Amino acid sequence: MDEITKEFLVESYENIDRLDRDLVALEKDPHAKDTLASIFRTIHTLKGTSGFLGFGKLEAVAHVGENLLSKLRDGVLTVNPEITSALLATVDAVRWMLGQIEGTGSPGEKDFPELIELLTRLNDGKCVEPSAAAPAALPSATVAIQPAQTVIAPVPAISSPPPAEFEPVVVAAPASAPAPTPVPVAAPAAAMTSVPPPHPEPAPASGESTESRGSAVSDSSIRVDVGLLDKLMNLVGELVLARNQVLQFTSQSADSAFLATSQRLNLITTELQGSVMKTRMQPIGNVWGKLPRVVRDLAAACGKEVRIEMEGKETELDKTIIEAIKDPLTHIVRNSVDHGIERPETRLERKKPAEGCLKMRAYHEGGQVNIEITDDGGGIDLERVKQKAVQKGLITTEQATRMSEHEALHLIFLPGFSTAEKITNVSGRGVGMDVVKTNIEKIGGTVDLQSRPGEGTTLKIKIPLTLAIIPALVITSGGDRFAIPQVNLLELVRLESEQARKQIEFIHGAPVYRLRGQLLPLVHLNRELKFASATAAASASDVEAVNIVVVQADGHPFGLVVDKINDTEEIVVKPLGKQLKGVTSFAGATIMGDGRVALILDVLGLAQGASVVTTVRDRSLLDAAAQLRKPADTRQALLLFDAGQGSRMAIPLSMVARLEEFALTSVEHAGAQEVVRYRGQILPLIRIAKHVPAVSAAADARPEMMQVVVYSEEGRSVGLVVGRICDIVQEVITVKRHAHGNGIYGSVVIQDKVTDLLDVQAVIRAADPSFYPSKPAVLLAA
Amino acid sequence: MPANKQFATFFLNGLFFGVEVLKVQEVIRYQEMTRVPIAPAMIEGLINLRGQIIMAIDLRRRLEMPVRAEGQLPMNVVVRTDDGAVSLLVDEIGDVVEIEEDTYERLPETISGVARELIRGVYKLKERLLLILDTEKTVSLPAALTKGA
Repeated sequence: MDEITKEFLVESYENIDRLDRDLVALEKDPHAKDTLASIFRTIHTLKGTSGFLGFGKLEAVAHVGENLLSKLRDGVLTVNPEITSALLATVDAVRWMLGQIEGTGSPGEKDFPELIELLTRLNDGKCVEPSAAAPAALPSATVAIQPAQTVIAPVPAISSPPPAEFEPVVVAAPASAPAPTPVPVAAPAAAMTSVPPPHPEPAPASGESTESRGSAVSDSSIRVDVGLLDKLMNLVGELVLARNQVLQFTSQSADSAFLATSQRLNLITTELQGSVMKTRMQPIGNVWGKLPRVVRDLAAACGKEVRIEMEGKETELDKTIIEAIKDPLTHIVRNSVDHGIERPETRLERKKPAEGCLKMRAYHEGGQVNIEITDDGGGIDLERVKQKAVQKGLITTEQATRMSEHEALHLIFLPGFSTAEKITNVSGRGVGMDVVKTNIEKIGGTVDLQSRPGEGTTLKIKIPLTLAIIPALVITSGGDRFAIPQVNLLELVRLESEQARKQIEFIHGAPVYRLRGQLLPLVHLNRELKFASATAAASASDVEAVNIVVVQADGHPFGLVVDKINDTEEIVVKPLGKQLKGVTSFAGATIMGDGRVALILDVLGLAQGASVVTTVRDRSLLDAAAQLRKPADTRQALLLFDAGQGSRMAIPLSMVARLEEFALTSVEHAGAQEVVRYRGQILPLIRIAKHVPAVSAAADARPEMMQVVVYSEEGRSVGLVVGRICDIVQEVITVKRHAHGNGIYGSVVIQDKVTDLLDVQAVIRAADPSFYPSKPAVLLAA
Repeated sequence: MPANKQFATFFLNGLFFGVEVLKVQEVIRYQEMTRVPIAPAMIEGLINLRGQIIMAIDLRRRLEMPVRAEGQLPMNVVVRTDDGAVSLLVDEIGDVVEIEEDTYERLPETISGVARELIRGVYKLKERLLLILDTEKTVSLPAALTKGA
């Protein structure tokens, strides 16, 4: 039995039990409008759902009941014991049929015709008997006919065997409408009394067995308030914390009974946690359920043929996540149908089946859920994407030409981007993929896109299983602990006092740090959180080591300077009250192992507060542009060093074999040449300061140790003595100026500073002409 | 006895306050709390109440009264609100009192400002006046405050 049928059964059993109660209540108080309305709704729902699921007979019975009820509701009829009995009998019939569905799985089993026949007879009885029985004495009689009438019309139609389940109803409705006159004198009272008698026969007979089975389904699952589950979740979270505390004691205890008990507690708690987490899990099929309809309607609207395939419907996700991905998923699917899949004629031209296929796939992988949405459409036309992006001013033409395929694909995630030629109600408003991306990133997920022209597009979403418990880094700032969600975390950098003083630079008062050549804006958490000690801490940072937590907000990395980095922990996220909604720097709170509350930092809110991403969109575009431009050029790794006297020089990293440090005392002399023994060889040393006129040959800053760049060529090595090694940078270099002949190849701008590029070969040749026996000088490749 | 109402009472800056006893979840002594930086000053911090995180609002600040003396530990009156439980920090806890409805009077017009907003009315007890606090209004901070920060 499929999921929907099962749900239908559970729901229907519940409803029917309520019907019993309501009907009895109604009999006692015939004017209770609410009760009547509730009964009507229930029967109506039952009719609708059973029709939807193809249980035609059930639908027909419900339909009969509904007609009668609608009369009651409209006040045309009033409830009397006969009507109540009739309705109760209907309920019994419905219950019996539900039992059949549950037992046999389908309405086509042999028992059904009997039941329908029975009902037919019952309904026939209504109009047959009264003719003999009742002269219509009551004034309401004529009106009462209407329900009876509707009953008569559909039933014979329905009793004609299965497949046409929907037809009868459609036929019945109009038939009953004009009907009233033909059989005018059917007395309602008689008609109604005739309803129950035939009934008891079938209902109780099979009722017993089906009823017991019915309860089997409804007993195996119950509806639980989500609030209660959340509370359970909270309590389990607490239990986990208490368990952790207990486990801490075990390390100090030698009591074996205590150890064994705590071990058991540990296991049970873990299992409990898992089970409770599971209660919040829902299959992704719940969200996917409405997609076929979306696809169908949309395909029809676009004049396309699209089939949707789903795989992994049962993949489970936390309820909150399910909610969060609902809209993005719908949007992606709409996009695929509207933009991705071509019109049938185009598809045929391209030798593809006219019907497009949209494949949804969900599966677990490494503690995450992956969702793939694949269409076999035209793929993304990169040229058109670029063109549109340029047209909308999102990128420049120059950037467009330099862009790699992957980068161009990701242009569709830029805000304001749309390739639709005209705005339709489907898409083209330019509010789209960026929102999808933001929403998915908000729940800690990622989106990736692959597209092959002419073959289709695959969108891959990775999302965490749950949001309730997340891994986080715990830090201390201003004496309080804070948690930073792991998803925002990039890396940790610790600068010792000396380094910190030198490497944290200031641009107009704003601190920045060079992280592998990229400027990383620094944000002092103390200052952001307006701790009183902020200024004190800032000056203190000159003394102590600086801890930088490199985090990412909306694609912008920035460094959060904190007092102390504690540890990573799994934390249970709890929301903050509405009074704190305005404080965007916090995403929630959690309870730490010692029972105290710690706030969870909202990195994005913090970044906005610190103006890291104030002009969010503009900046991100600029940055994206900058990012895009670089790889187009050939980037080169350069070793930056101080040649002495603070003159910055660089050599391509590819020319560097090793970086070494030699004590001055290890320097020996081979003739006039300074040498050191190095890996069983004699390494000649060349003091750059001596051979490059631009660098004044002053005394070395650190006489006791020498920084040496080892350069190797064809098995021979030479050591270049430099003042200090500064950094290794990835830069796009364009040589600005040639200064011939004096050991400098040219000048480049590195990190906004003019830096001389050392002509290594020239320097070596000048110092040791024998190093290059015969080969002509090879120009340094720039 | 519909005419009589029960109020949990407390003292704040020498004034005698009351909240409907049914609104009060519990009264607890001073708890360690975690301050919330950059939040409005009247939010004193967050308390872990048996696994539930509860915000503590300093009633003195909320009612724009002088700040509590150094070293004087406040008490928590945890009240139920539409938005979950919130703790109100008060100076001292009084008894639960049962009051006859006919001693009620509306707040005199001369009282203005925050007090006017948050105090629903006054019960004239024999020895003193009991000010009735509107808890819902008390816990919903002024919009300007929650936004800016």
